[in-house]
Amino acid sequence: MSAVIDYAPLLWQGLLTTILVTVLSGALCVVVAFAVGLARLSRHRFLSWPAGIFIEVFRGTSLLVQMFWLFFALPFFGIQLHPVTAAVLALGLNEGAYAAEVVRGAIASRAKGQTEACIALGMEPALRLRRIIIPQSIPAMLPPFGNVMVDLLKNTSLVSLVTVADLTFSAQMIRSTTGQTTAIFLTILVVYFVLSYLLTLLTGWLERRFALDRKAVAAQRKESRLMKVGAA
Amino acid sequence: MIWDSNFAISVFPLLLEGLGVTVQITLLGTLLAAVLGLVFAVLRRLAIPVLSPVVSFLVVFVRGTPLLVQAYCAFFVLPAYGVSFDALTTGVVVIGINYSAYMAEVYRSGIQGVPKGQWEAATALSLPGARTWGRIILPQAIRTVVPMLGNYLIQMFKDSAVLSAITVVELMATAQAIGSSNFRYLEPLTMAALLFLAVSYPASRLVNRLERRYAPQH
Repeated sequence: MSAVIDYAPLLWQGLLTTILVTVLSGALCVVVAFAVGLARLSRHRFLSWPAGIFIEVFRGTSLLVQMFWLFFALPFFGIQLHPVTAAVLALGLNEGAYAAEVVRGAIASRAKGQTEACIALGMEPALRLRRIIIPQSIPAMLPPFGNVMVDLLKNTSLVSLVTVADLTFSAQMIRSTTGQTTAIFLTILVVYFVLSYLLTLLTGWLERRFALDRKAVAAQRKESRLMKVGAA
Repeated sequence: MIWDSNFAISVFPLLLEGLGVTVQITLLGTLLAAVLGLVFAVLRRLAIPVLSPVVSFLVVFVRGTPLLVQAYCAFFVLPAYGVSFDALTTGVVVIGINYSAYMAEVYRSGIQGVPKGQWEAATALSLPGARTWGRIILPQAIRTVVPMLGNYLIQMFKDSAVLSAITVVELMATAQAIGSSNFRYLEPLTMAALLFLAVSYPASRLVNRLERRYAPQH
């Protein structure tokens, strides 16, 4: 354990980088998800086709390949990205492609009557999306979005392979200087687990917060608590 | 000209070889994950004291930690205790265990989806537990699970690139090695990406079709 304690500041730095990369790429992921997901739903072919190609390309190839491509292949076109930029771009675009399907699915499964009502009221398509359709779709999007975010958090460990000094990178460095392998890797396993657990809790909270019928959710929770008490 | 076609053609056979290893890892890993996942799901369902909660926690823990770190653990920690396998075996076992945690959930939902009446009928016929599972529950549960397993197979195919970090010589590691020894990353990395796409896109189409066919009829 001594290596973990001696090198705690380095691990802390790594943790901060991991959180920074997660937050930045998470934000990019949400933007990409809505932009591409809505474009995919568009009736205009010049919007929906590129969106479809984007989704298939980013979901069809490996995240690691995408990250390496941005980091190692892009310089051949004269574009040299900072490692963190390349990492955030790769993570945001890759997970964004998955999340775009979440957005598309949630919006496509909205009740038709809502759209019809909007049209009957003479609402513009943009206003209809912004005021009626998207807010209603959010509860359906939250659980799968939570999964994407946990996935993204775990995948941030790959940024260590393009020289970003995240938690995994710090652990590797400490391992090679101290030779203490077990303690250091078990520590970061637990840290990652705690982080993804916290993300799950946050998603759960958001789900309850944005539930369409909050009273029903509260009643359901109360009932399940009572059942647990009854079982005990 | 940025793209060097001659170079690209000359390294293509090497990349194909790497793709072969990637496919091999995926198939072996999926087999392991499918079997282990089923074991985990059944163990959790049987509610054996101590064992079932431990399995449940392990499943959650594996799902909550990165594959790369798990691979490092197996690759660097185990040899410190005198257990060491070659990189390929380690890679297959790590990715198999990683995905078994996800597949355990899939099986669980499949098992839960079997109507209660089926259990009751098995009890009424006083079938022993093993036959209830083997003849009644699992055949019905697995049917609904097949398309999801397909999705995870494709996911694993792409995720196996991570194993290049523990020196498994699959497609990604091959592309990287070609890149660093020739100082040209553009062609090998682009072709690696295209090879991944060439396998996973048709595969996901196929799984989509299966999904529709196996969808529960309501």
